[in-house]
Amino acid sequence: MSLVDPARAGESFIQLLTPEGERVTHPDYAFDVGTADEAEVIRGFYRDMVLTRRIDVEATALQRHGELGIWTQLLGQEAAQIGCGRALRPHDYVFPTYREHGVAYCRGLDPLHILSLFRGVDQGAWDPNAHNFANYTIVIGAQTLHATGYAMGVQRDGAVGTGDPDRDTSVVAFFGDGASSQGDVNESFIFAASYNAPVVFFCQNNQWAISEPIERQSRIPLYQRANGFGFPGVRVDGNDVLAVHAVTQAALQYTREGNGPMLVEAYTYRMGAHTTTDDPTRYRMSEEVEYWKLRDPIARVKAYLVRQGLADQAWFDEVEREADEIGARLRDGCRALPDPNPLSIFDQVYAEQTTELADQRDGFAAYLESFEGAR
Amino acid sequence: MSKVTLAKALNAGLRKAMDNDPKVLVMGEDVGKLGGVFRITDGLQKDFGEDRVIDSPLAESGIIGTAVGLAMRGYRPVCEIQFDGFVYPAYDQIVSQVAKLHFRTHGKVKMPMVIRIPYGGGIGAVEHHSESPEAQFAHTPGLKVVTCSNPVDGYFMIQQAIASDDPVIFLEPKRQYHADKAELDESATPLPLHASRVAKAGSEVTLIGYGPTVKTCLQAAEAAAGEGRSVEVIDLRTLSPLDLGPTFDSVRRTGRAVVVHEAHTNLGMGAEISARITEQCFYSLEAPVLRVGGFDTPYPPARIEEEYLPDLDRVLDAVDRSLAF
Ligand SMILES: Cc1ncc(C[n+]2csc(CCOP(=O)(O)OP(=O)(O)O)c2C)c(N)n1
Ligand SMILES: [Mg+2]
Repeated sequence: MSLVDPARAGESFIQLLTPEGERVTHPDYAFDVGTADEAEVIRGFYRDMVLTRRIDVEATALQRHGELGIWTQLLGQEAAQIGCGRALRPHDYVFPTYREHGVAYCRGLDPLHILSLFRGVDQGAWDPNAHNFANYTIVIGAQTLHATGYAMGVQRDGAVGTGDPDRDTSVVAFFGDGASSQGDVNESFIFAASYNAPVVFFCQNNQWAISEPIERQSRIPLYQRANGFGFPGVRVDGNDVLAVHAVTQAALQYTREGNGPMLVEAYTYRMGAHTTTDDPTRYRMSEEVEYWKLRDPIARVKAYLVRQGLADQAWFDEVEREADEIGARLRDGCRALPDPNPLSIFDQVYAEQTTELADQRDGFAAYLESFEGAR
Repeated sequence: MSKVTLAKALNAGLRKAMDNDPKVLVMGEDVGKLGGVFRITDGLQKDFGEDRVIDSPLAESGIIGTAVGLAMRGYRPVCEIQFDGFVYPAYDQIVSQVAKLHFRTHGKVKMPMVIRIPYGGGIGAVEHHSESPEAQFAHTPGLKVVTCSNPVDGYFMIQQAIASDDPVIFLEPKRQYHADKAELDESATPLPLHASRVAKAGSEVTLIGYGPTVKTCLQAAEAAAGEGRSVEVIDLRTLSPLDLGPTFDSVRRTGRAVVVHEAHTNLGMGAEISARITEQCFYSLEAPVLRVGGFDTPYPPARIEEEYLPDLDRVLDAVDRSLAF
C-alpha cells in the first residue's frame, strides 16, 4: 500500500496552511476572524493545540502508571478538534465520541471529568448543559442520532434561520471513519436531511478504526457520501487548524441559516494507538506514521508563527510553562479523585426511585454494615 | 361519561397529554396523516401540527435515537414502534442509551420518553406482528415497563407514563384495541402508574396476568366459578418495577399461584414472579407456582396461534393442577 495512493488520499482537500507553514488560498474558504486580531487568534490556536496535546500526553502517562484504566489518545488530531471547537458559538451544542478531548477543552470542560471516566470513577457524568457539550458516547455512531434529535428540538424552539446570531444554533455530531459504516450514522443523515435539521456532521477520518483501514469502510471519499443523502459535504485538511476553522465556521453558518445539514470530513491521522491497550505495530507500517509526522498539526503553526515573526521564544516558553502547569494539575487531580460510594449506584438509575431498588439498596447497605465490626 | 375502546381511550389520553404540555411530541412511522396503523394517533397531527406529531423516516433506531436528542433539548417524546417485532432495530438505542443516560450522568440527563409498542398475538398476523418482548425490557435497569389491559387504564396510564421523568416502555395489547368498550370517567382518580390491582377477588387460587392475558384470566375465573371454584385475578399493570404487594397478599390467602403471559415461558416474567412469590410466601404455598405462557418456539404461523397462546382451557388446566397438588 503506497502512502500517497490516490485511492487513499482521495481528492485534494481544503488547505489554508501547508505542512511547511505557508499560507495558501482557496477559492471558497478563507480564514476569517472578523474584527479580531488574526495573529492573536492563530497564537491562541497554537496554545490550544499544545495544551490539548499535553492533556493527552499526561493522561497517557497516567494510564501507564496505573492511574487510568484506559485512555483514548487524540495525538495528531489536535487541529481537527481545535479548529472545529474554536469555530463554535457558546449556544451551539456538541455531541462527541470518546476522543474529543480537544473539543471538550474548547468548551471549557475540566479535563478531570474525562479522567474520571477513564479512571473508572464515573462514566463521564458531567452536566452537558453546563458547556453545551454532551457526555461521551462509546457506542460507535449512537450520538449522531442524539445530535440530530437535539437539532430537531432547536428547530422546534425557533432557534434556526432567524438571522439573529445570538439565537441561531447549530449542533455538531462527531464521529469517526469507522463509525461512518454504522446504521445510526446513516439514519442520522437521513433524519437530518429529511427535516432540514441544523447539524454539522463532523467526521474525523483518522484513517483507522482500531486495526481496520478506511478502505474497509468506504470505496469513495467519505465526504462524498453526503451527496447521496442530499446535502453538501466537504473534505478539509484535518491537520490544518486554519482550514478546519474556516470550513467549520462556514458549515455552522450554513446549518444555522436553516439550509439543513452538512458533512465535514476532516482528513487527519491517528498518530498514536487506538487506545492505550492497542498495539498498532500489528497492523500498520511505521513508514506511514513517519509520513504523517511531517504533517504534524502543531509544527506547521509554529513554523508559520516563527517565520512571520508573530511569536518569539519567550512566548513559546510561556505556553510550555502553562502546559507544565496543566500537567501537574492533572497528575495531582487524577490521583485525588475519590472512589464512588458503592451504594450510590442505586440512586442514579431512575429520576423517580422505585421501591424495589430502594429495598435492594437497603439490603446491600445492611450487608455491608454487617462487616463493620469484623474489619 | 361514555363507553370507549382501548384505541379511543389511548387516543384521548395522548390528546390530553399534548394539550397539557406543549413539550409533548408524538413520533413514529405513519403516526401523522394516517393516525398510525392502529389509528391510536388519529387526528393528532391535524390538531397539533406536523412539528408535534412527526411522521418519521422508516428507521427505528433513528426514531429512538433522535428522541434521545429531543429529550435532551427539553421535549417529551412519545415514540410509536409500529409492531412489537420491529423494536429490535432500536434495541441498542433503548438499552444502551435511553436506559443508561440517567445513570451515566448521575441524573443530569433525564429521559422523559415513552416508547409505545402494540404487542401480543391473536390477530391473525404474519411473522413479527404478534410478539411479546416485555421481559427483554423489564430485564434492563433504567427502563420502566407498563402494560394496560383495559380502556380506563389505557387512558390514565398513557398520561402518567408521559408525565414520568423516566423512560417508559408502554405495551399495548393490540388484540384489545378495538375489542371491548368500557365506561371512561375522565375525572376519576387513577391508580398510580406503578401499582398492580386485584381485578377480581377470590379465595382458592391466584391468577396473575397482565395486558392481553387479564381478559383470559377473568374468563377463566368465571368458568371456574361455574364449577364452584373461587379464583382471584391480579392485573399486574407494571412489569418494571413490579408491584407484587397485592400478589403476595393474595397468595398468602390462597396458597396457590398461576402466572399467565403470552411471552415465551422460559425466562419470562413468570419466572421472576414465581421466584419472588417463593421467596416471600414460602410458608403459605400449597403448590408450586405454575406458569402458563407461550411455548419456547418462535411465534407460530397465524393458523395455529390459538394453540400457542395461553387460552381459557390451558389456564383452567393449570388451575386444576394447582388445586390438585
Ligand atoms: C457499536 C460499537 N461497536 C464496536 C465498538 C468497539 N470500538 C471502539 S472504537 C472502535 C473503532 C472506531 O473507529 P472510528 O469510528 O474510526 O473512530 P476512532 O476510534 O478512529 O476515533 C471500535 C470498533 C464500539 N465502541 N461500539
Ligand atoms: Mg478512525
